Amino acid sequence: MRHRVTIENCNETYPCSEQQTLLQGMEQLGKRGIPVGCRGGGCGVCRVQVTSGNFLKAKMSRSVISEADESKRIVLACRCTPTSDLSISVVGKMEKALRAECQVEPEDEVSVAAVV
Amino acid sequence: MAFKGVLRPGLIQIRVLNMDEAINHYQNILGLNIVSTEADGRVYLKGWDEFDHHSVVLRQAESAGLDYVAFKVDSDDYLREIEPKIVAWGLEVDHVPAGEQPGVGPRIGFTLPTGHRIELYHQIDMADDHPGITNPDIYPRRPEGMGASRFDHLLCYGPNIGKAREFFCEVLDFYQPEKVDLPEGDGSLAIWLTASNKAHDIAFVEHEEPGKLHHVAFLLQDWNEVGAAADIISINDVSLDIGPTRHGITRGQTIYFFDPSGNRNEVYAGGYTAYPDHPVRSWDFDHVGKGIFYYERALNDRFLTVLT
Repeated sequence: MRHRVTIENCNETYPCSEQQTLLQGMEQLGKRGIPVGCRGGGCGVCRVQVTSGNFLKAKMSRSVISEADESKRIVLACRCTPTSDLSISVVGKMEKALRAECQVEPEDEVSVAAVV
Repeated sequence: MAFKGVLRPGLIQIRVLNMDEAINHYQNILGLNIVSTEADGRVYLKGWDEFDHHSVVLRQAESAGLDYVAFKVDSDDYLREIEPKIVAWGLEVDHVPAGEQPGVGPRIGFTLPTGHRIELYHQIDMADDHPGITNPDIYPRRPEGMGASRFDHLLCYGPNIGKAREFFCEVLDFYQPEKVDLPEGDGSLAIWLTASNKAHDIAFVEHEEPGKLHHVAFLLQDWNEVGAAADIISINDVSLDIGPTRHGITRGQTIYFFDPSGNRNEVYAGGYTAYPDHPVRSWDFDHVGKGIFYYERALNDRFLTVLT
């Protein structure tokens, strides 16, 4: 089953199946928005906050996702599969580069900062 | 014998998030052989062309990354004599008793100013499944997967790499075949160090966070094997980083990818033969792209920021 994933930072949406991670779904369609790192839950580059919707998650490196992060639904997109339509916000360390790439208006920075 | 003191990086212990996935990767994809699995859950592996008991240790943990790399030295005498020199240079040395890993004798360990734990050891049993010795065939059987022949080198990211260079060169008698200069000042952005004829046994990139692993590299025989490794990466949907490509620095032919816990691996062939009397090859900051990726002639964000 496919679900729609919306990346709030750059108004990008794409379909993602329940067999794919949020990152795989984005990458294989050539879409951009979530920074791509190791794809294995180790490096923390694809850090996102799920702002709405349901998902399953696999083990993530504790050095990059704390228990407090998980309680705030902050996860790594490479370890997260959707079980409903989702909205996510990119909150990782490469988020600044994403803003440049997506040409997000300056006022959006406030909401991004609030998430971090 | 001209080849004294530190011989090579012989053991590396890597943290993985899921042992079953890691075993599949290091055994079936890279083609290392499992030597043993111990009661504490650690798994020991080696490449087909390695004589020693094992070279790679996998440990399941909550975070991915590097526990330590251990260099094999030529004698027990060297191990005894080097310890006070390490202490005199300013590092605290601890002792790991024989048997902490199967087949391995006593080790000494210390933490570099870059935050990486380094160990030295001499004694290690010969593997049961070792390369031929008497009238040796070229290999005992066709290796699995990429057929990585040995653990070759690693690249560490951390602060104070100039101090690491000083330590390796002044205390452990390494030398520096190659470096990348910082845009301003005398410091280096990156350094390649060796105790051998290899262009690098260990390398460092200056980075604010201590103790990070950029990649652990395994040796292949030639460019054809690097191409076959690329096939295996796609066949098995392994997470690709970049390549197949070539380095300007070291001249190695290479492909980078990630293990299932996000630790970067490299398989590597070629590269020049280093000698301690050669000049240090230097790259200025304006040419670093070509130095790292010779064909693309550009760095990418992932190479600089994705670490475990």
